[in-house]
Amino acid sequence: MTWQNSAITITTLLPIVGALGVLLVPRGDDRLVKGIGIAITGVCLALAIAIAATYDYSATCATPPCLQFVLNVQWIPVIGARYHVGIDGISMPLYILTFLLGFLCAVYTGRYVPEPGRIKAFVALTLLLITGMAGTFVAFDLILFFVFWELVLVPMYFLIGVWGSANRQYASIKFFLYTLLGSVFMLLGFLALYFSGPVDALGKHTFDLTALTAFGAGGGYTHLFQLVVFGAIALGFAVKVPMWPFHTWLPDAHTEAPTIGSVLLAGVMLKMGTYGFVRIALPVLPQGAVAYAPWIGGLAAIAIVYAALACLAQKDLKRLIAFSSVGHMGFVMLGIATLTTIGIQAAIFGMVAHGVITGMLFFCVGSIYDRYHTRQIADIGGGMAEIMPKLSGIFAFVAIASLGLPGLAGFWGEVMALLGAFSPNTSTVAGLNVGLFRAFMIAGGIGTILTAGYFLWMLQRVNMGLAPERWRDHGLRDILTVEWVSWVPLLVLILVLGLIPSIVLNSTEQGVNLIVKIFGG
Amino acid sequence: MTIDYHAILPVLILSGTIVIVLVTDLFLSPRHRSASMWVAFAGVLATLVAVLSLIGKGDRPGSFGGSYQVDAFTIVFQTFFMSAAAVVLLISYRYFREGGFYQGEYYFLLLTSFLGCLLMPASRDLLMLFLSLELVSAPGFLMAAFRKSDVKGNEGGLKFFLIGVLSTAVMLYGMSLIYGLTGHLQLAAVSAGLQQLSGAKETLANAAILFVVVGFAFKISAVPFQFWAPDTYEGSPVPVAAFLGVASSAAGFAGLLQLMFVAFVHEYAFWVPMFVALSLVTMTLGNLVALQQRQVVRLLAYSGIAQTGYILLPFALVSADPSINHSAFQAAVTYILIYGIMNLGAFAVTTAISSRHPLLQIQDFAGLAKRAPLLAMAMTVFMVSLAGVPPTGGFWAKLLIFQAGIQRGGVGVLLAVAMVINSVISVGYYFLIPRAMIFEDAEDQTPFRSPILVTAVVAVAMVALLVIFIVPNAIYRLGEVTSLGSGG
Repeated sequence: MTWQNSAITITTLLPIVGALGVLLVPRGDDRLVKGIGIAITGVCLALAIAIAATYDYSATCATPPCLQFVLNVQWIPVIGARYHVGIDGISMPLYILTFLLGFLCAVYTGRYVPEPGRIKAFVALTLLLITGMAGTFVAFDLILFFVFWELVLVPMYFLIGVWGSANRQYASIKFFLYTLLGSVFMLLGFLALYFSGPVDALGKHTFDLTALTAFGAGGGYTHLFQLVVFGAIALGFAVKVPMWPFHTWLPDAHTEAPTIGSVLLAGVMLKMGTYGFVRIALPVLPQGAVAYAPWIGGLAAIAIVYAALACLAQKDLKRLIAFSSVGHMGFVMLGIATLTTIGIQAAIFGMVAHGVITGMLFFCVGSIYDRYHTRQIADIGGGMAEIMPKLSGIFAFVAIASLGLPGLAGFWGEVMALLGAFSPNTSTVAGLNVGLFRAFMIAGGIGTILTAGYFLWMLQRVNMGLAPERWRDHGLRDILTVEWVSWVPLLVLILVLGLIPSIVLNSTEQGVNLIVKIFGG
Repeated sequence: MTIDYHAILPVLILSGTIVIVLVTDLFLSPRHRSASMWVAFAGVLATLVAVLSLIGKGDRPGSFGGSYQVDAFTIVFQTFFMSAAAVVLLISYRYFREGGFYQGEYYFLLLTSFLGCLLMPASRDLLMLFLSLELVSAPGFLMAAFRKSDVKGNEGGLKFFLIGVLSTAVMLYGMSLIYGLTGHLQLAAVSAGLQQLSGAKETLANAAILFVVVGFAFKISAVPFQFWAPDTYEGSPVPVAAFLGVASSAAGFAGLLQLMFVAFVHEYAFWVPMFVALSLVTMTLGNLVALQQRQVVRLLAYSGIAQTGYILLPFALVSADPSINHSAFQAAVTYILIYGIMNLGAFAVTTAISSRHPLLQIQDFAGLAKRAPLLAMAMTVFMVSLAGVPPTGGFWAKLLIFQAGIQRGGVGVLLAVAMVINSVISVGYYFLIPRAMIFEDAEDQTPFRSPILVTAVVAVAMVALLVIFIVPNAIYRLGEVTSLGSGG
């Protein structure tokens, strides 16, 4: 065992060990439980950063994915599944983001344990969730990928169902059924890739993503097969993203989930869907991707405009942020649909930026709810800047980052996606319709204006004006230490990613180029 | 005729135990009648050891002219049945001691049924298959009606009896036709004999296959022969329902696997469409009706019907390609094994609850997460596993069937799609119980103490499902070695 071949495994599975440890803590020792949660996620974050630090960014490959820290051993020979993990420049930022948000959520839990307590189960499920999400980004065997993918379902179901707000039961089962329905079709798609895929010298099929990518990128699958299977796999990813019109589970799940559930859901889980498109659907089934790209782009454009309009109509602060996620993920999908380097770069940058910004927004909303005990904008009634100047200042900063102000993280993902849509991939392989994508670009542009509109209107209604009498003598406390600790890293990242986007883009560039090369870009 | 005594040792031990249980009951004072369970339990363990002692000794076709054979298929299923017997005995102990039942008679009947289960996977001719199946069913009729003073118990027992006898008659008629046509009883010889038939005789043979399949369809409660199951399960003592839902139906499948993958395999063109329909209708109807259930045993009964539909799916994949048949056979065997664990676990938890809440409504599970955390956690694992969602063993069981379906292509893909849609539907009712246990509060907040034996069984089953999820190799290997059916 060396650092190279064990780092990913240790980092990814450590939270499960932590979850088991938490279950063994005697009843009533809440401090120890919280401490274990913080320690485990902290160690994971440190390990993930160490992986990033020892990653060789200059290494090159001929075909995607260009992996390092590989561990590829036999796992379930009967079905041909292997334990194959590794990491490349595309996975790297998402992997770190997962552990960063996981750690910050654990810190936040140190102070805020949502009703009805049961801290042990809460921390254990959160840790299990983190393993599932992180594993998805480093699994390079389709069965392993699917196992990690599905591993997030059960913990998230209980996080929403037990610790959620009023309508939690409905929201949790809706979330579960929607995502399960999508992912079982994805599983059938994976099995189809397996049986129609490459065969080794012994006549064995493979679930190995590296082999399937090489096979698929080389045109190994027939055109009709690609159309059908891309549809099945894309359904699973699309529900997770969520793409319009599969998004209806998201506002409910987000609104009802406890704060850290929303943070992890928006911050990481949605990215599993878009990551799946970039990692699996595009490179393995390129002809399918080309055929579906206009449709994906069209749905993305609808999502951007629809979400912005929906946001304008929301009365619940958390629901508003949830709908804004649909729009932001629309930009990510639009970038992917262009099949260009800049578009997919925009997508990955957009994923990271959205994870940081929207994660932070949900933290803010959680803290606002903690003070006011209401999420209704009308009940808050404005004047937050007067009562809690620091919280309202941060809320304004993050909201403005989310609407895409240049210089902050939200800007680059959106503008690059629009640039990608201006000149989509028109090579001999892809041959996308320029006019169509420019129409999507215009829709996206309108969406950015509407986005600015609803965020500023929201700030006006929450932050500005005179605070209603009823809140003045309520003793509402401004930001607590634990909030500073769990928020500052995100606030710094919002600024740093906005000023130096290259720290993400350089990492992802090579991987994206390799994928776009398949489409003749 | 030579007799391989080592090969039939498990059967001899269990038969001896049956006699001992019956006799000791006579000499026990009423207060100590529950001791019969420990006698039976010891006998089952001894049988299990005898079965395990046959591992690695090679195939033993020797006994009774090839009618009783020991190979990997036999050993895997016999081990499974004896483990199930141990579990059913353990969860029966408190239930029957405190329920005012005739205990000696019950353990005698239960072991007799399990003797049938033990014989089933080793039976390699039509007559033995028939005898084994009857040995499983006949004591079952009595056990199903063991709650004598309960109207539902009587109704369930009577329904089970009438339908059981009817299906037996139909099956026996089919078997007699096959014997008449081929002149053979042994499965391999029947297979060869059927291949040589043509014209009207072939039609008659197909009719005979149909009769035999219908007979088995009753036993495994496949739609449209399922209607007895929910009433019988509900009327039975809960441990008996566990026996019927797990061991009895697995015994039916063990027989059906041998018939379809060995004796009738060359006639697949005739019977595969039948299994396509059976599988589709069974899983869909079972799931849709299960959604309406609010009584837990009935819910498990309909869930069992849906699961029967899943296990029938691999039968519908049989084709001329031996490699596909092998995958299908392996998928069915593995599914039965994993399904046995999760279903037994679910019934064990239900047995524990029934002492306090005999009506067993879903509402009775409310707040269990606070009252009995271990039971609630285990039941959640069983339900998630039955739904086939990670991180539980049920996922791998389903995956193998999906894989066989996609490998088959054509109708296999359609069936796999139907099964994934059904799996999603099934979440709708499987999650009702965890939802009640974890999300809702009980009126009765007092801690719930479950019998230690039941708790132990439940904990073992839960750990088993989680371990299977992490390392499915062992259980997959069991499915793989039972290659009895690969092409026939």
